[in-house]
Amino acid sequence: MPYIPLEEHLPGITGLLEYRKDTAAPIRELTQILLRGPSTLTEGERELIATIVSHRNECKFCTTAHTAAVDILLGEENTSAKVKQDIMTAPVSDKMKALLTIAAQVQQSGKSVTTESVQKAKDAGATDLEIHDTVLIAALFCLYNRYVDGLSTVTPTDPAYYKGLGERLKNHGYNRLPQGYDHLKK
Amino acid sequence: MPHINLKNDLPGIRSAMAYSPKTAAPMGVLAEILLRSNKGLAPAERELIGMYVSYLNDCFYCHHSHGEIACIYLDGDRELVEQVRKDYNKAPIPDKLKSLLAIAAKVQQGGKFVTAEDVERARENGATDMDIHDAVLIAAAFCMFNRYVDGLATTAPTDMSSYPLRAKQVAENGYGSHIYTARQPA
Repeated sequence: MPYIPLEEHLPGITGLLEYRKDTAAPIRELTQILLRGPSTLTEGERELIATIVSHRNECKFCTTAHTAAVDILLGEENTSAKVKQDIMTAPVSDKMKALLTIAAQVQQSGKSVTTESVQKAKDAGATDLEIHDTVLIAALFCLYNRYVDGLSTVTPTDPAYYKGLGERLKNHGYNRLPQGYDHLKK
Repeated sequence: MPHINLKNDLPGIRSAMAYSPKTAAPMGVLAEILLRSNKGLAPAERELIGMYVSYLNDCFYCHHSHGEIACIYLDGDRELVEQVRKDYNKAPIPDKLKSLLAIAAKVQQGGKFVTAEDVERARENGATDMDIHDAVLIAAAFCMFNRYVDGLATTAPTDMSSYPLRAKQVAENGYGSHIYTARQPA
C-alpha cells in the first residue's frame, strides 16, 4: 500500500504524477525530451537505457513498464531480456554496449563512471551528446525508481497492465494525457 | 576534466545544463518548485535535505553548494548545517525534520529501503503527506542531480570562498534558467 493517499486506479508512477502535478510537469517534460525528442539514438535504444537502470535499481514497476515499451518499439522481446541478463553478450551494437555500461555505472553512482568506459563509447562511435543523454537518462531513472519505490506505490502483477502501459508510452510518450486518466477507472 | 567537451567554463551542474539547455529548462523548473516552495517544508529544510543527500552521494559540488544555500536561509548558521551533516539526530532541529532526513537517507540508498515505520515516525512528528512526498522527491531528485554532475565529471571549484558567493545568487534569483545563464561570481 502506498505511504501517501494516491488514486487507486493509478498504480506506479502515474498516481504520483497526478498527486503533485506542479512537480510532475517538468519531470514529464524532461522525460519526453530525453526519450522521445530528436536524437541520434532510437527510441528503442533510449528505452533500453531506462530499462537497464530500473532493472539494476530493482524497481519492478519501472523495469516491467520500460521493458514493455522496448519490446513494442523493437517488435521482439529478445533484446530487452538479454540486455538485463548481460550487456556484453546482448544483441546490440558495440556503441550501445558501451552506453549501457555507462548507464549501469551511473546507476551505482556518478563517480563510478570511468574515463575508460567513456573512451570505449567514443571509440565505438558515440558522440558527446549521446554520452550526455545516456548519463542524464540513467540519472533520471535513478530519480523515478526511488520516487516509485520510496513511496511504496502499487506494482500491478497482471502482464496485460504493462502491455497497455507500453502501448501508451509508444503512442503518447510521457506527456500527461490531455483528457487525464479518469477513463482508466474500472 | 569533464568526460565530454561541455563547451563552457561554468562549474558543476551549471556546465552540464549550459551544454544542454533544452533538458536544463525543466530541471531548473523542478528545482525551483521543490527547493523554493514555502508551502509545507521551509526552503531551509528543503535545502538541508538536498545538502544531506548530496553529501551521502559524495557529490562535492552539490553538497557544498546546497550547504551554503541552506546557510543563507538559516541566517548564516553554518554550524547548524555542519551539525546536520555530521549527525542530524543530535542537531538542534525539529523532530519532524530529523525523521524526514532519515527517510531521505533511505531514499539515497534505494527506494525500497524506506519502511512503513520510517513514514509512521515522520507522521508522529507532525509530517503531512505532502511533507513526506516532498522529502522523498527531493532526495530522489538529488540522486539524479548528483549523478548528472559526477557522471559527466564536471569540475567543482576548489576555492571554497566561491560557494557562498554563488549561494547568494541562488538565494536572490532562484533556480530556473539562472542556474545555467548567470555568470559565475568572481
